[in-house]
Amino acid sequence: MKLTGAETLIRCLEMEGVEYVFGIPGGAILPTFDALYDSKLKFILVRHEQGASHMADGYGRSTGRPGVCMVTSGPAATNTVTGLATAHMDSAPMVCITGQVATTVIGSDAFQEADVIGITRPVTKHSYLVRDVKDIPRIVREAFYIASTGRPGPVLIDFPVDVSRAEAEFIFPDKVSIRGYHPVTDPDYAQVEKAAELIRHSKRPCLYVGGGAVGSGAQKEVVELVEKTGIPITTTVLGLGIFPENHPSSLRMLGMHGTHYANYAVQGSDLLIAVGARFDDRVTGKISMFAPHAKIIHMDIDPSSISKTIRVDAPIVGDIKSTLRELNKLVKDKRKDIKPWLDQIAEWKKKHPLKYDQSDDMIRQQYVIEQIGEITKHKAVVTTGVGQHQMWTAQWYKFMAPRSMLTSGGLGTMGYGFPAAIGAQLGRPGETVICIDGDGSFQMTMSELATAVYYKIPVKVFIMDNSHHGMVRQWQQLFYRERYSGSQLGPSNPDFIKIAEACGAMGIEVREKKEVIPAIKKALAHDGPVVVRCLVAKMDNVYPMVPAGHALDQVMDMA
Amino acid sequence: MNHTIAVLVENHFGVLARVSGLFSARGFNIDSLTVGETQDPAVSRMTIVVNGDERVLDQIMKQLDKLVDVIKVVDLTKEETIDRELVLAKVKASAASRADIIQIVNTFRAKIVDVNPHSMTIEVTGTESKLDAMLELLRPFGIDELVRTGLISVVRKKIISCGEPVPEQNSHPAKSKSKKVKEAKASEA
Repeated sequence: MKLTGAETLIRCLEMEGVEYVFGIPGGAILPTFDALYDSKLKFILVRHEQGASHMADGYGRSTGRPGVCMVTSGPAATNTVTGLATAHMDSAPMVCITGQVATTVIGSDAFQEADVIGITRPVTKHSYLVRDVKDIPRIVREAFYIASTGRPGPVLIDFPVDVSRAEAEFIFPDKVSIRGYHPVTDPDYAQVEKAAELIRHSKRPCLYVGGGAVGSGAQKEVVELVEKTGIPITTTVLGLGIFPENHPSSLRMLGMHGTHYANYAVQGSDLLIAVGARFDDRVTGKISMFAPHAKIIHMDIDPSSISKTIRVDAPIVGDIKSTLRELNKLVKDKRKDIKPWLDQIAEWKKKHPLKYDQSDDMIRQQYVIEQIGEITKHKAVVTTGVGQHQMWTAQWYKFMAPRSMLTSGGLGTMGYGFPAAIGAQLGRPGETVICIDGDGSFQMTMSELATAVYYKIPVKVFIMDNSHHGMVRQWQQLFYRERYSGSQLGPSNPDFIKIAEACGAMGIEVREKKEVIPAIKKALAHDGPVVVRCLVAKMDNVYPMVPAGHALDQVMDMA
Repeated sequence: MNHTIAVLVENHFGVLARVSGLFSARGFNIDSLTVGETQDPAVSRMTIVVNGDERVLDQIMKQLDKLVDVIKVVDLTKEETIDRELVLAKVKASAASRADIIQIVNTFRAKIVDVNPHSMTIEVTGTESKLDAMLELLRPFGIDELVRTGLISVVRKKIISCGEPVPEQNSHPAKSKSKKVKEAKASEA
C-alpha cells in the first residue's frame, strides 16, 4: 500500500514506540499534522517551540527514551535551537522534526525558510534533510537509534513539504546499519585491569561520577563499586542521584558550588576515578591545579571526551555499565587500606558541613528546598532553571535516585525547568514532578502554564522569587564592586499568582517562613498544576564557592 | 606541525560542511582540502592538510570519527606515503623569456598546456617541495594566476578502505584486539 511521506513519518513514529509529540503546527509541516490527526500518538500543543524542545528533553532524560518534538519550518525550527543545544550539551536523547519548504524552492529565501540543517549542525548529534520519500523509514529508524545509543543526543529531521506529500510503498527496515556509526559498548579488558591495578595501589582514591553513568543506567554498578571498596564518591550536577546522597560514602556534589569535602577529596586524592564525566570547567576549577597529586582513570563512552581537557592515565572507552561490571569483579575492600584517608574525609565533613543562615525569619531558598526534599521523601523528579536556585537544589534536595534531577548543566539554559517538568511528568505519570525555578528563569518559558493546565499535567512549580537574576547579582556583588547592572527583576516582576490563576492553575503565595511547609503540602495535595511563589531572601549568596579560575580547594564560604 | 589526514565519508550532501565545521569551530585554518569519489561511488575521500597543536588535532580526529557520516579517519603524517599535488600556473612569457621557461619546465618534467603571445600555462604535479621549488624559479618571470589542487596522498603498504581493519583512529579500542591499539593506549598512559 502506498502512503504519503507524512503518513509514513507518523507511522514510523508509532512503530518506534513514541507516546507523545510536542510541538506547534504551521505551513510546511501541515501535511504531517494532517496525518497526525488520525494517529494514536498523543500530541501536546505548546505555546512556544522552545518549550516543545525542552519538554522532549525532559521526557527523554526522565525516561531514557528519546522525546519527540515536531514544529514547522523557519522561525519554529530556529526556536528549537536552544532546546537542541541544551540536549546536546547534556547528552539527552531527543528527536526533533522540523518542517521545511519544498525541495524545489530550498535556497530561494522562500517564506518561512531557514537553513535549519546548517544552523543546527553544531548542536545536534546528527541531522537529516529528507529528500526522497522512500528514505523516510530508514531515516526515522536511524534517528532514533543514533539519539538513544552511544552517547545519547538530539537528532534532527528536516522534512520538506513536497516530500511529505509524495507517495511511496511503506517498507519499515528490520535493521539499522550505519557504516560510520558504531558506538563502543564493551570496554578493553586490559584497560579495566589496569584501572583495577591503579585502584589496588591507591591510598587516597576518589570516585567522580557524572551524567554518563545515569545515561548508561549504571546505578546498581556504581553502588556496588562503592559498597565493595569503600571508596568515597562525589558526583557532578548531572550525576546527582546515581548514588544516594545520605550514604556515608557520599561526598555530594563537587565543583564551583560543591561541598568543601568533595573538592578537598578530589584535590587531595592520589587516584581520581572519573565515571561518565567530562571534566567541565565548572567541575575542575583552574585546570592546571586540578587534582594535582592524582592519577586519573577516565571511563567514558565517547572517545573524544578522553584527554580533552585533562591528561588521563588510564582511559577506558565503553559503556559505563559494562565497564563497571567488569571492574567490580576485580576490586576488593579497601576500607582498612585507606583508613587514614577516610578519617581525613570524615574530619573535613565534620568541619565543613553545608550550612546556611537560620538566625532570622527570612525565607531562605535552602530551607524551602530542604523542606521540599523532606516532604517528598527525596523521591520526586525535580527540574530546575539555572542560577542560585539550581545550585541550592543540587546542594539541599538530597537526591536518592538517578533521573530524578533534570537540569541544564552544560549549556546553563534558563527557562529549561518548567517545560522539562511537563515532559518529565508525561514520561513518568503518577510520580511527583517538581520544578524549582527562579523568578528570572520561570519568566523565560512561563507561557507553557497554559499547556500544563489544558492537558492537566500536575507539575508543581516553586518560584524562588528573590527579585533578581540572583547568580548574576552574586557575581556582581563579589567581583564587580556591587554594581548591579541589569540584574534587578523586582520592580518589573509580574504577579505570578495572578498569572497562574489567569491560566487556570492554582497559585500559592508564601510570604513567611511558617507558611513554607503548609504551602508545599497544599501544592502536593492538589491534583493539577500549581505555582508557589516564595518570597525569599534577596541578597543571599550560594556558598561554598570556588571563584572561576581558582583551584578547587580555594573555597569561599559564608562567614 | 603539518598533519595530513585522510577521511573516508559517505558521499552525501552536507558532509563537507560537517567536517569543515569541526575545524572552524576550533579556529583551525585548513591549509588544503581535497575531496572526490573513491572506487566505491557511495564513498568520498577527503585529504586534509592542517597545521596545529598535536593535542587539539587529536581532539579533532576523535570528533571527526564521531560524525555519523564519517566512516574512517586516518592520520597519514607518520605513514610512508605517496603525495601528489597539481598546479596550473599562468606565467608571463615574452619571446625573449620563453626559452628559459621551457627549460625550467623540462627540468621539472612539467607540461606546457597553453601558450599565447603574453603568457604560458604550465601544468605540473608532484610533492609540495617540488612544486614550491619550481614556482620559486618561475616567480621572477611573473606569475599571473596560480591554482593548486591541494594534496592527495596514499599510504604505500596499507590499504585504507571502509572494510579493512584499520590504524588506531577509527578502530574501537574495545573491539580491536590488535597489538597496535594497545601500544597506542599504553603510550597515551
